[in-house]
Amino acid sequence: MPLIPQPPPPAGGALLTRLHAINAEHGYLPEEELRRAAEELGVPLSQVYSAATFYAAFSFQPRGRHTIHVCLGTACYIRGGEKLLEKLESTLGVRPGETTDDGTFTVETVHCVGSCSMSPVMRVDGDTYGRLKADILPRLLRRYQTEAGGMSDEGT
Amino acid sequence: MKVRSRSDLETLRAEGLSTLYPSRLKISVGMATCGLATGAAAVYDALRDEAARRDLDLMLVATGCLGYCQQEPLVEVRRPGRDPVLYARVTADRARELIAALAEGELPTEGALAIIPEEKPPAGSKPAGGLPRLNDLPFYSRQHKIVLRHCGLIDPASVAEYVAQGGYEALAHALLDLTPEQVIDEVLRAGLRGRGGAGFPTGRKWQICQAVPIQPKYVICNGDEGDPGAYMDRTVLESDPHSVIEGLIIAGYAIGAHQGYIYVRDEYPLAVERVTQAVARAEELGLLGENILGSGFDFNITIVRGAGAFVCGEETALISSIEGGLGEPRPKPPFPAVSGLWGKPTVINNVKTLATVPVIITRGADWYASIGTEQNAGTVVFSLVGKVANTGLVEVPLGLTLRDLIEGIGGGGLNGKAVKAVQTGGPSGGCLPARLFDLPISYETLTQAGSIMGSGGMVVMDEDTCMVDVARYFIGFTMAESCGKCAPCREGTQYMHQILTRITAGEGSVEDLELLEEVALWVKKASLCGLGQTAPNPVLSTLRYFRDEYEAHVKEKRCPAGVCRALIRLSILSELCNGCGLCRRECPAGAISGEKKQPHTINPELCTRCRICYDVCPVGAVEIVR
Amino acid sequence: MINLTVNEQPVTVPEGTTILQAVRAAGVELPTLCYHEGLAPYGACRLCMVTITAPHHGLVASCAYPAEEGLMVETHSPEAVSARRLALEFLLSRCPQSEVIRELAAQEGVTASRFGTPPPERAEELCVLCGLCVRVCREAIGAAAIGFIGRGMERRVGTPFEVQSEACIGCGACAEICPTNAIKIEDRGNERILHTWHTTVELHSCPECGRYFAPEPTGFLKDMFPEIENLWALCPECRRQRTARQWIEQEHTRAT
Repeated sequence: MPLIPQPPPPAGGALLTRLHAINAEHGYLPEEELRRAAEELGVPLSQVYSAATFYAAFSFQPRGRHTIHVCLGTACYIRGGEKLLEKLESTLGVRPGETTDDGTFTVETVHCVGSCSMSPVMRVDGDTYGRLKADILPRLLRRYQTEAGGMSDEGT
Repeated sequence: MKVRSRSDLETLRAEGLSTLYPSRLKISVGMATCGLATGAAAVYDALRDEAARRDLDLMLVATGCLGYCQQEPLVEVRRPGRDPVLYARVTADRARELIAALAEGELPTEGALAIIPEEKPPAGSKPAGGLPRLNDLPFYSRQHKIVLRHCGLIDPASVAEYVAQGGYEALAHALLDLTPEQVIDEVLRAGLRGRGGAGFPTGRKWQICQAVPIQPKYVICNGDEGDPGAYMDRTVLESDPHSVIEGLIIAGYAIGAHQGYIYVRDEYPLAVERVTQAVARAEELGLLGENILGSGFDFNITIVRGAGAFVCGEETALISSIEGGLGEPRPKPPFPAVSGLWGKPTVINNVKTLATVPVIITRGADWYASIGTEQNAGTVVFSLVGKVANTGLVEVPLGLTLRDLIEGIGGGGLNGKAVKAVQTGGPSGGCLPARLFDLPISYETLTQAGSIMGSGGMVVMDEDTCMVDVARYFIGFTMAESCGKCAPCREGTQYMHQILTRITAGEGSVEDLELLEEVALWVKKASLCGLGQTAPNPVLSTLRYFRDEYEAHVKEKRCPAGVCRALIRLSILSELCNGCGLCRRECPAGAISGEKKQPHTINPELCTRCRICYDVCPVGAVEIVR
Repeated sequence: MINLTVNEQPVTVPEGTTILQAVRAAGVELPTLCYHEGLAPYGACRLCMVTITAPHHGLVASCAYPAEEGLMVETHSPEAVSARRLALEFLLSRCPQSEVIRELAAQEGVTASRFGTPPPERAEELCVLCGLCVRVCREAIGAAAIGFIGRGMERRVGTPFEVQSEACIGCGACAEICPTNAIKIEDRGNERILHTWHTTVELHSCPECGRYFAPEPTGFLKDMFPEIENLWALCPECRRQRTARQWIEQEHTRAT
């Protein structure tokens, strides 16, 4: 038993659920929101901060309007996911983890989105695109640049 | 409506049958992530809009994944009283044509892949109309679907359709007719082993946990499928969530737990959505909550969404993640079955394990044990991907050979290229060479060969895949995913990555190979958890079977597969180049120049050797100089 | 009681003992960095590896493995020794400036590392990530002022947002327990500066002699130990004197 009495732990999964909610609302984890989460859940701030920095899903930087995840899972890797990334980097002028100057796109890599049979794959916001070739990237990106986001037109 | 008894289940079943087999035209679109990734949403919209425009009476349904991902988007057309027809690689345009034809009372043959008979056809009979039956296609003929039994065939949002296919029958049988001990005995006798990869007997795990006289207990469904190259669990959660929920409730009943958790990987938003909906629906119907089916048994499920940490697939890390801490493993023993979530007895089962449980309860242990081999009963699901002709999700009886899978079902290498190796078990597994393809698939054979069964990822590699680069890829993965708690995994993966990077850069030495092996063995033996203990497998297996490729890199500074950038050069064969300019436009480095219709050239100073030009050249004029 | 064998020598230990405790009970030395008898087993440094030869076989971290009846343990099997040496060789490469690590490595015959040196920004690294500071702060003190940040090779220990901690009570248990002296704490005037944690706490001065001696935030202890309520504010020396005076007065009263 520790010297300083501890509050009971929160319900199972409560901290992760809260972090997801903050990240979804703000696009990243603002400091004051983490402090409030610690307070309200009765969890030490150090634990909240540890979890926030441990998981790949959370960011401490604001994101662009659209987040592009280039999949580098095994199947995508051996079927050209890196080339896709390279083309994307040269087209947008950013490296993974960075956001374009106009704030439109943030580029990230991800270790598999589980669409391996469609490799190589990339995900823009919630939409997954499979069987991609580097040459169709500009067309795909244009749709997100012109529309506010999302696309209802057919895939690729 | 509330389902409080078996007869209420019957009512639900009738409702499900009416939507599964309606007396009007029904079109189902496979809309799991794979389908969506290739434009299924646009196909769905086109079908809906065109049918409305033509005033065609149509029941349009979004189903899950049939597994034949190579052929996505897949559309199934069912006319009353006729065998449904499955269309492959449907586009929005083709969808509109389909509706136009149906409005005229016709069924186009173009793009039709197979029929899906609703009655079991007589043996040896040929289907009418010239189309093969789905289960006669080489991709399906050797499959035996248990885990994937409903995937792509029912609307995952409809609990009624799940019930119509026999769902929740096992739950009723377990809760109303069997004692927890009888349930455990059935699973034990069936010989079901954990489908997360380790293969521990599921019934035994339940037995150990049930025997611990501590309450409360917990049961957790591990849906943190982190292996790159694998998506079996995603498919089941997206396409048939109720099978997992039913399995979880039965597991809870067996061990005496009243609270379950489903931990779903963050990168699977659709799975999270579908399983959340399914749990809510089960709660509405009273299939979760108090006094389920009037049995007196209470059970609830909480869904926890992961946050992007591969290590959380390790059971103790997953527990610590649910508890609200880091995804950090702790030493075993004690095993979770004795001391798990908040120190209480906890059973953790994989998605596929749980999805299998209801079938075992319904059809019996003897039936299940008769499939597969003696020590490896039942079926196993693989995601067959990479450089293989037919990619997709396949479920086969254990004991089939790797060759049956890769050449028979997979149809061999992509574009007719020779298959060199197969990687099973993701970052914890190994690369097995083609000469071992006659190995029967079992937990033991794969482990002896230096790989593991794992959760079911099966990535096929051909002559254009560099095995040293593959080893570097996997170690890069585990290095990035190591939690950093124990020294061997944290420091060792980092150092192995350094060596492999050196070798692929053409700066490695023969001594590096020895050092690599020494460190790999240490990480394997001395690491705290499964992640570290298996992380060296891709290195050790490639060193064992593809040492010649390592030696070519360190001795001759040559990459035989033509992958490692520092060891290759790209050039354009002027006699073949027609000057179309495609490579020039696509080169991300701006390294290619040339006049229209004149042979182009690559500036080696600017070239990053990404090989996009090699891929896009329509006449094969780009050459990789190794 | 549990009977097991360590290096062919029989040992009997109480239930709930770890192999490491049994090994030490048998008088055999094993180096550890992340182990502390007052905290829960952690199993991170992998120095205390031993081979179990019966009834099953395996290389395990002895600090985290429960002693079991009939277990046969070898502390210096070739695989245990080589695992220990490699761990030390990697630690040496991580913290070449650490006196403690250099000595520990030398005891196991490791004097140089084949695994390179840290990057310039971490050249002075002393932390081996054993986690004792984090655990003592959370498990024993309950302040939970520090935690792990990041994961994998980015992992480090720090306060939330790596700024002044509001939870730190300045007790210094972290520095006390750190096996490699990686945590820098300094008392300067009326302040205790925890350099490693970017944190400063006020010190309390003794109302009798005026000396600064304990962090203000530890004042909560007086509520937890009512028997010292009148004494907690005093520095140890004045407390000793006051207690002695009280005792003498009591004795005097009793005598008369």
